[in-house]
Amino acid sequence: MSTLLEATGVAVEYHRRGASALRAVDGVDLSLGRGEILGLVGESGCGKSTLGRALVGLQPAAAGAVRFDGRDVTPLGRRRREPGLRGLQMVFQDPYASLNPRRRIGDQVGDGYVLGGTGRPEAARRAGELLERVGLPADAARRYPHEFSGGQRQRIAIARTLATDPSCIVADEPISALDASAQASVANLLVALVRELDMGMVFISHDLSVVRQIADRTAVMYLGRVVEVGPTREIWSSPAHPYTRALISAVPRADGAGVLPVELPGDVPDPARPPGGCRFHPRCPLALPECSRQDPPLAVLRDGRSAACVLQSPGEPPRPLPEPREAAPAAD
Amino acid sequence: MGVLLEVENLTVWLATRRGPRKAVDDLSFRVDSGEIFGIAGESGSGKTMTAMALLGLLPHAARTSGRAVFEGRDLLAMSPGELRAVRGRRIAMVSQDPSTSLHPMLSIETQLTEHMRHHLGLSGSQARGRAVELLATVRIPDPERALGAHPAQFSGGMRQRIAIAVALACEPRLLLADEPTTALDVTVQAGILRLLDRLRREQDLAVVVITHDLGVMSAVADRICVMYGGRVAEVGPRRDVLTRPRHPYTKGLLDALPHPESGAAALRPIPGGPPPLGEVPEGCPFHPRCGFAVPECRTDRPVPALVEPAHESACPPDPLGGAA
Repeated sequence: MSTLLEATGVAVEYHRRGASALRAVDGVDLSLGRGEILGLVGESGCGKSTLGRALVGLQPAAAGAVRFDGRDVTPLGRRRREPGLRGLQMVFQDPYASLNPRRRIGDQVGDGYVLGGTGRPEAARRAGELLERVGLPADAARRYPHEFSGGQRQRIAIARTLATDPSCIVADEPISALDASAQASVANLLVALVRELDMGMVFISHDLSVVRQIADRTAVMYLGRVVEVGPTREIWSSPAHPYTRALISAVPRADGAGVLPVELPGDVPDPARPPGGCRFHPRCPLALPECSRQDPPLAVLRDGRSAACVLQSPGEPPRPLPEPREAAPAAD
Repeated sequence: MGVLLEVENLTVWLATRRGPRKAVDDLSFRVDSGEIFGIAGESGSGKTMTAMALLGLLPHAARTSGRAVFEGRDLLAMSPGELRAVRGRRIAMVSQDPSTSLHPMLSIETQLTEHMRHHLGLSGSQARGRAVELLATVRIPDPERALGAHPAQFSGGMRQRIAIAVALACEPRLLLADEPTTALDVTVQAGILRLLDRLRREQDLAVVVITHDLGVMSAVADRICVMYGGRVAEVGPRRDVLTRPRHPYTKGLLDALPHPESGAAALRPIPGGPPPLGEVPEGCPFHPRCGFAVPECRTDRPVPALVEPAHESACPPDPLGGAA
């Protein structure tokens, strides 16, 4: 699988008046191949959305580089974007905010073609085809965004993205604002498009069960860093990082068994003042004394997996995590 | 374990530009004390309006009919003054977004003690002492110091714990929790669900959890009511509803969830979307989206009926009945 999108050492800082810079993303390496779906998960505040924006150039990187199809991704500025980068597109969480309420759907979807040099009439015809392709009725082009449900609006936003003929999509929580059944159908649409058009997709979500279902590989972020990455199936069956395991066991299952999910104590620390040593050690049920001093890098293990934890050794197969030493805190 | 709340034939009309429209349509259910009762459904199913009707907090110009008997008195027949004495005292509410349910400019102490002093007649120092206890109950670290802080100084999960403490302050018998964990991360959600479960065990508190998340239901609810188009589709014990659903809508919701174990790549959505307010179809409200619909479903209004002990379904053809 050839590499389509590659991030090396990407860091993003937010500068705040009267305070030190906040490093929301701190040295992330990621790669995405054609036809591949990479899930990006983590708690709110972990930097996954910021990383997504940096990947498409909406957010300038303080360090590191993003390469798309052999070109450097430069931050979006006032000037026209280099044509080679048009194939890198983003789908946002809120289709209510990403569509213009006062323009017809067909015109908004056709914009991508017009910017690519196509004339309006031809753009309108092709916009109609795209709307059909994402499962909307033929007359949708003449209507306005408020006439559609949330799920349909997200389909419109996806159609608009497709008008640029993208080879890579970064989708930031694309189904989180939708109802359960609409979530399933929009997720299916995205997966089908990736497979048919041989695109790559970074699927950013806090919903682990959806990521587990659709992503080929999953990257887990904590406090600005990727702490584990690997094939989705293996990550779920045997997580190599204690944080990954904590995230997975917090997801309640609709199996009727009445099992309370496992709580991960504590909150995500302030990214402006990350803890010393391993960033997860204050919340880690498996923390060792050295974890407060050593900051483990993301080490490449075997079988396409990487993890940033002292319990794992570079070049070795991932070791199963031991059970937490102390009993879990009293039920609550 | 006695019946705490009995809702009978609750109907809620909301005022729209085209006249009154039914948001809740002939809904009946009961909640026992110490029970966690789940109400599930997609947006527009009427689940939030049900809670608002019980609290007398419906939008202006909304009308209700039916009965909602709580501790022997009909909430829907109460005067505004009588309702004020119940609301916040015997029935409390926690909403989805703790950043809107807590006042950003008031200290935690003010928000925690105001209604205690009003409803329970506590003095300032008594109320403060109880506020410290409450914050400890919901596991806020350093409760003494937290009292002087403001909501913005806490994370989303901590804010929701504080909102629950506010709701519990007057020792209500019933807590209405509308999507209490939807805005939170799964790791934080797990803590809130454990807290609700502990409160019902330790304080015999009844909780109505309103959520679209069947995983959350499965974790905490004793019984589950699935709503569609303002009506009950199915109600029964958690395990029965989630493992042997009898209504095609419940089955559709369960099938739409990711099932990674199945190995199937695609998710299975329910075709179409829920009906908007005032456009609920005749007959069974779910029939246009139902793969099992027969001609009667278009005309005959289904009524919830027992399909096994304590388990009701509003689907007379009962196409899933043989699967049990």
